[in-house]
Amino acid sequence: MTDTFRHEPEARGDDTTTTDGDASGLRRRTFMGWVLAGTTLTVAADLGLARPAAAVIPSGPQVADVYDLEDAQTDSALPTSQLIQITITEQGTAEFELPRTEVGQGILTSTAMIIAEELDLPVSKVKVTMAKARPELLFNQLTGGSNTTFSTYTPIRVAAAIARQQLLEAAAILFGTNADRLITVGGVVRDTLGNEATYGDLAVDAAKQVVEAVEVVLRPESKFRTIGKPQSRLDARDAVTGKKKFTGDLKVKDALPTMVCRPPTHRGSPQALQNQSQIERMPGVTHVAQIPTGIAVRAKTFGQCIDAIRKMQVTWNPGSAAAESDETILAELRAAEIPLAVPEVDLPGVVKTVETDCVFAFKSSAALEPYTAIADVREDSAEIWAGLKAPIVAQQDVARDCGLSPSAVTINVITGGGSFGHKLFGDHAREAAQASKAMGVPVKLMWHRADEPRQGRLHPMATSRVRATVVGGEVAAFEQRHTSILMDWSHGFGDQLTSVADELPPQLGGYTISQSIFALTQQLPYNFGVVDQLLNETLTPGDAVDERFASGSMRNIYSPDVRTAAELTVDKLAKLAKKDPVEFRLAHLKDPRVKAVLRKVAKEGNWGRRMPAGTAQGVAIHKEYKGCTAVLIEIDCRPATVNRNLGPETVTGPRVTKAVIAVDPGLVINPRGLEAQMIGGCMDGIALTLTSSNHLRDGRFLEASWDNYFYTRQWNVPFETEVHIVDSDSDTPGGAGEAATGSTAAAVACAYARATGTNPTYFPIQHEKPLAFKPKSFEPSVPQSPTNGLNRTY
Amino acid sequence: MPKQTFVLNGRTTTVNVADDVRVLWVLRDILGVTGPKYGCGINVCKACTSHINGKAFNPCAVRVGDLKPKDRITTIEGLADTAPGDLHPMQQAWLDLDVSQCGYCQPGQIMAAVALVKKVRREGREIQESDLDGIRNICRCGTYPRIRDAIRQGAARM
Ligand code: FES
Ligand code: FES
Repeated sequence: MTDTFRHEPEARGDDTTTTDGDASGLRRRTFMGWVLAGTTLTVAADLGLARPAAAVIPSGPQVADVYDLEDAQTDSALPTSQLIQITITEQGTAEFELPRTEVGQGILTSTAMIIAEELDLPVSKVKVTMAKARPELLFNQLTGGSNTTFSTYTPIRVAAAIARQQLLEAAAILFGTNADRLITVGGVVRDTLGNEATYGDLAVDAAKQVVEAVEVVLRPESKFRTIGKPQSRLDARDAVTGKKKFTGDLKVKDALPTMVCRPPTHRGSPQALQNQSQIERMPGVTHVAQIPTGIAVRAKTFGQCIDAIRKMQVTWNPGSAAAESDETILAELRAAEIPLAVPEVDLPGVVKTVETDCVFAFKSSAALEPYTAIADVREDSAEIWAGLKAPIVAQQDVARDCGLSPSAVTINVITGGGSFGHKLFGDHAREAAQASKAMGVPVKLMWHRADEPRQGRLHPMATSRVRATVVGGEVAAFEQRHTSILMDWSHGFGDQLTSVADELPPQLGGYTISQSIFALTQQLPYNFGVVDQLLNETLTPGDAVDERFASGSMRNIYSPDVRTAAELTVDKLAKLAKKDPVEFRLAHLKDPRVKAVLRKVAKEGNWGRRMPAGTAQGVAIHKEYKGCTAVLIEIDCRPATVNRNLGPETVTGPRVTKAVIAVDPGLVINPRGLEAQMIGGCMDGIALTLTSSNHLRDGRFLEASWDNYFYTRQWNVPFETEVHIVDSDSDTPGGAGEAATGSTAAAVACAYARATGTNPTYFPIQHEKPLAFKPKSFEPSVPQSPTNGLNRTY
Repeated sequence: MPKQTFVLNGRTTTVNVADDVRVLWVLRDILGVTGPKYGCGINVCKACTSHINGKAFNPCAVRVGDLKPKDRITTIEGLADTAPGDLHPMQQAWLDLDVSQCGYCQPGQIMAAVALVKKVRREGREIQESDLDGIRNICRCGTYPRIRDAIRQGAARM
């Protein structure tokens, strides 16, 4: 079954009834959970339930085929065995604190849907909030790798099912009947005689004084009414009325605006501020303090912080990449590349070698909401408010920086304005804490936009080489060697993996964290003989972190680069075989689910239609996170399009005119949210291949704002973007947040190569063109706000 | 400290702040009106887009001293009051198409969309692809396709 979800009515959830019987008569699996002591009904389940059966780890040609990053992240929950809880209030609502972070991906909404489903309650009566840092959860409070739904789905269902069961039992006592004679209807328990009680009425009766273990069976998927139906985001109204609060919008007493004057080179450090007393006398300024990353200034408004930074005279130590530029880093990568194993052979008519060699520039993972954190550090305690995807790590770091024990640090997790990997790190929380401690007052610390691409987290530069060997017309070997500047995994993702080191497939023995993650995420689902994909990174022996760069994983980690090089090679192989790219892929794909999504985009996207010269279609597939995607792109590379002049600060270039995405994500919780994630991932993929990158020159990244860092803008957006959800009857939800990024990046590259008849080797395409902007000043580190806004009204 | 007076979301408002502080900081840091978001401070990202006398403007690029007492500033918080009903038709279109992801850019997107529709109407026409292409507001979550659909839908009801 396939379906396209667009503009559909709201999900139901309050107009259907459920009885406990299972019409199929099949015995379903029993799960165990707890009723906790509480004033109203409080139930719990173990996060370790996420893996329903013992993991079998057969050795296979590629690790990720059988055991992927999601499994590893989920297994890392097992030893901690910690509880998640649902409470039923006297108002009849269900309350739940999710140990994950909402940054726009819609997990608060999908989690509410899962609880609503199992509890038989309207979605609007489920209140899901984000848990504060809970150190006892160890590695199980990290949002990343598209893992949230996969790792929390079963435990949350079990807790909700127990709550419903307990409410039925409380009602049975009240009505003097048996629980199996009762039904639930949208938050009300009824019997056939007309007795009824709301969950709110029963919440106190159902409460327990002591902890009690109970067993429960889950609702069969055939009876789902909420899961799988389109549901709008629960925070949508707040977002469009301006009520949705991000960290910078919070009012915390005395937490005045604070900004940091930063070094001219990437990761430089301050020596001293020369004119402190002059700065302290500036309008609005209350405090000035040196912190490890720069000079922090606190003032009545952020505008006055900017004014102060622009007047600061600071002496700086250069960063350790001060001598580096794109060219030197590329040379370093080339020197670190490990040789391809299969020799290059060309025996006309017998053996042919097809090669691809691509360079991928540095990219900034910054979200639209800049790094922002509020900190109130006292003598014996600290409190932080920030968007953080790994709050436990931030808690430990802040505690260490402030000389406190972690239990003295409270971390309030706030909904983030986007993340894309950016908020895995707690850089902002640490700086805010350091500034608050140094100043002795609460601060609301925000990065200036100019700081983000220059000093913020970057996806490291990489090369990806592929050699495919065709023997007698068949692909006999496919080797990929990905070489990258070392990725920083110190936000806890790495700890998640090492915590399950014993569970990991034996092939990973001896791998670094990066190599393990690479092996757990990369799958080449083609029958191409001997397939071998390997990552190596430049690093000085003994170093766990490359201190030169603030690196970090970005949406879809290695996949956009790896898939681009691989799919470009597949197109070359198809051409060599004189086959159509879709036909060639279908003939070599192993997995029927991948074939199904590819067929879907080929059909819906009218693959192979005649197109004018300078325009073309391109197609790519990607398999990861328990799901798969295919993307069909149409691109226009004709001069009239490429050279569109839309004014300064504007990179037009080739335009993707149409994008058709098919996704098989496993079990779909919220098709409307899934479609949104596909669209967003597609816009990222377009930027990665065509426009968005950072240029490194003499230890400085030149980009400083959105007029330099060319993320996709409306003039780059396809006129048509279609998402098709292909249902494979899976009962396991996969990850959605990243699934379309790698496949789109690759499809755009393939379309570009076909439209231009070239072999692109440096991504994004824009990176090697003459700079499309004048770099902003490095000293002062922030630009002044213009004053001519009233001349630019419309 | 000079007194600055202007009309904010229908109410005459006076604050004590220096002339050269940009309106965005007056709204956010002093008055606590946080609908307009900071995304660049240099009139590039458009996250702070609000209205002045019914036209789109970017408060990060206007000195508060340049406002006149009669100037009517409307932020996303005041948009619904400029049209009949609970929400402005553009906000409703945003809900109908579930446009927002993280939501950070969306107040600015909606304010820009309303002004754009009014502008093309003043020019005696309706929204075209080229008008949508010209919108400069960034959405780092990539909600652009739904924004395009929502503007057409919202315009039809405006
Ligand atoms: S903050 Fe005003 S345009 Fe970016
Ligand atoms: S919805 Fe996140 S930036 Fe637009």
